Formats: sequence, C-alpha cells, structure tokens
Amino acid sequence: MSKGETTPSQTVGPYLHIGLPWPDGPYALAEEAEGGFWIRGTLYDGAGAPIPDGLIETWQADPEGRFDHPDDPRGAQAWPGFRGFGRCETDAEGRFGIRTLKPGPVPGLGGAMQAPHIDVSVFARGMLNRTVTRIYFPEEAEANAADPVLAAVPEPERATLIARPAEDGYVFDIRVQGKDETVFFDI
Amino acid sequence: MSTDPRADGVPLAAGYQRDHEVHPPLDYPGYRSTALRHPKRPLQLLPHMLTEVTGPVLGEGRIGETDNDLTRQHEDEPQGQRIIVHGQVRDSDGRPVPNTLIEIWQANAGGRYRHAVDNWPSPLDPNFSGVGRTLTDAQGRYRFVTIRPGAYPWGNHDNAWRPAHIHFSLFGQAFTQRLVTQMYFPGDPLFFQDPMWNSIPDEKARQRLVARFDYANTAPEWALAFEWDIVLRGRESTVFESEVDDG
Ligand SMILES: [Fe+3]
Repeated sequence: MSKGETTPSQTVGPYLHIGLPWPDGPYALAEEAEGGFWIRGTLYDGAGAPIPDGLIETWQADPEGRFDHPDDPRGAQAWPGFRGFGRCETDAEGRFGIRTLKPGPVPGLGGAMQAPHIDVSVFARGMLNRTVTRIYFPEEAEANAADPVLAAVPEPERATLIARPAEDGYVFDIRVQGKDETVFFDI
Repeated sequence: MSTDPRADGVPLAAGYQRDHEVHPPLDYPGYRSTALRHPKRPLQLLPHMLTEVTGPVLGEGRIGETDNDLTRQHEDEPQGQRIIVHGQVRDSDGRPVPNTLIEIWQANAGGRYRHAVDNWPSPLDPNFSGVGRTLTDAQGRYRFVTIRPGAYPWGNHDNAWRPAHIHFSLFGQAFTQRLVTQMYFPGDPLFFQDPMWNSIPDEKARQRLVARFDYANTAPEWALAFEWDIVLRGRESTVFESEVDDG
C-alpha cells in the first residue's frame, strides 16, 4: 500500500444524531470529578445562522501536558477520571458544551513548548470532511505569544483561536465562514 | 530513533501522511449545503505534534453485547435482507489498526432513518434502530450483522436519491487518523447523480468506498456477506527508519 490509497471522507449527513452522540460524550473528565469547567460555544454558518446538525469533538493533554497514549514518549500516564476526549452534538440553536480540565503546556517542534491548547474536530451536514481548529486560553498571553502554531497565524485571525472567559469556564464560538471566520488547520 | 526535533528532552513521534487529494473538497457546489459550511480562508498548516499523533483510546466498556448485530437489538427481527458486513482496518502502509472503535448508523430496509427530522413517507421498522458499534480485533478486523439499507430521496436537486449506504465513524490511533465516511454497495444505479459520490475527485478513490460482494462468507440460508476494508493514514516514513528490515 502506498500513500494516497486511504479511504475518502464523506459527510456525517443530517442523521448523525442517531449514530454519534454519547450520553457522557460532553464529559472529557468523569462527571463527578473536581476542578472541571465548561467550554461552551455556538457553531455558525457563513450566513451567521447556527448549525443545528453538527458535532464537535475535542482532544487534549492532561493538566501536566501528557497524553494517556503509547505515542507520548514520556510514557502513558492516566490522570484519574480524565479521558481527554469530548464529544457534543449541536442543539437546535447550534450550541455545544464540553466539560474538561485545563491542559498543561505540550512539547512542540524544535525545542519550543506549545501553549495549553485543545484540538477540535467539527463535523456537520454540508461538510464533506471534518474541519479542524484549536482552542487556546485567554489567561495564557505569554505562552500564547511563544506558541509556534499561533505564531504562524496572521494577527487579526489569531484571536478566533482564543476562548473568552465565562462564569463557568470559557466560551469558544466557531464560525465556519464569513466575517470573523475561525482559523481552520490543514491536518 | 529518527532525528526528530526535541523539546524539553522529549522526542516527538513522527507525524502522519497527508492525503488531501483523496478527500472531497469542502467547497463542492453539487452538494448545495457546502455553500455556507466551508471555510473560505486557506487552511493553516498544522505540524503533527503530540496532540495530533495521539488520540482517544475508546471502546472498552462502551460496547454492548448486541452492538455489532443490528438484527438482535429488539424483540423481533427487522424487515429486510440480512447482511454481514466485515473487513479490516489498516493504515496506508498496510499495518492493521487493532482495538479501534468503529461506529455505524444507517437507514432501514425502506430507506428511513429512526431520526426526528427524517419524515419521508417510508415506514419506520419497530425492530430496527440502525445503530452499531464494535472494536477491531488484534488484526484490525471488524464484523457487523445488519440489514441492507434502502435508498432514500433528499432535496439537493431534482429527483435526488442517495445510493444505499452505511455511515462509518473511525478513530484509528491518532487524532490525525479520525475518519467519518460511508460504505456503498456494488452496482448501485444511483451513483451517477449523487454529489457525495461525485465529490471525491478520483474515480479509484470512489471505488474504495464500495464493498465487495463476498460469496465465500455468505451464510447459507441466512445472510449475504459484503467485505469492506478501510484504510487510514499511515505514519510519515521517517519514524520507521530504524525499523527497516535490514536482514
Ligand atoms: Fe445517510
């Protein structure tokens, strides 16, 4: 098998809700665990309308910046009650929420540390493939300024990757298209 | 080991091969709903670092006893042609992807989904939910028993019908390997007018979404069989330098 013989993507379509959501999906950490907060947001289309048939998935390091995965060379280490993965379908108003812990800084390329961040996949009817973005944290100004991924994003758009503080955590809206379009990544 | 850059004394695992040419473009006018749902700015290149080469390890405790048999989830059997759908999940270097979660969802034999917004005039089947899950085994193999889904109409264009399909969701072993796709059936007469199918630029890549009728695994007097292998992105070659067979 050579490069290029992978299976193509197809849209989740309008009926994703019967197959993908899990009752505990929005919880990247055990529901009863301490120290969690919500990241809430709304998924918008290019006309500024909420997308009610979408799904958000998140993947992130634990508070020490580690991953419970064999490819973390420091060795997999589980943070109690923490799954690192969140999944939430959008509701009729395009809203989603993920309950999680703040990730620690994560090693990057060439000696640079990455600022705390969460990788996000967006799926929706009308998307033939997922789109990928990242959530960064507003109180991490110094680490964000040194982050190699953020540094590669032109200044006015960079702000779309930084969550806003909220009463029970953060707000991170995702605009697929249009004014204030969220930065999406080629992954 | 490869010569990967280090940070904080931590070597980084190699990234995954990028395979964009295989996938449909996000902007595809033939599928009208893409118009307002594709980013217009160019995508920013994201190097594959630790967050991208790791991913959730899911499934254990998430799979129920009848989750891989959609014909046994209710009191009685669903209407329709019973089928076995099986295959192997590999990466593009041919390596099996073991112990990875596969989720499926589909319409019933009449082409109707058990979903609040699917209300076209075809009956629901009280004995069919159309949702399944399984984990691949140590060789990356999976197997579902279900019924053959029907085609269904939609509003994309005049007299639009979706070819019969089963939606598949796969995690692989890394965030970069995540894939949601659809499996089709051989010889479907509806491909020509289907924008999902036609959105895939390369004809050979389209054919990789079509299952093979598998007479050898057909269960006598019980079920037809279809075989469908799924190929996820492989690692960048650099990581395997030290593993090249030099014997
Ligand atoms: Fe469908």
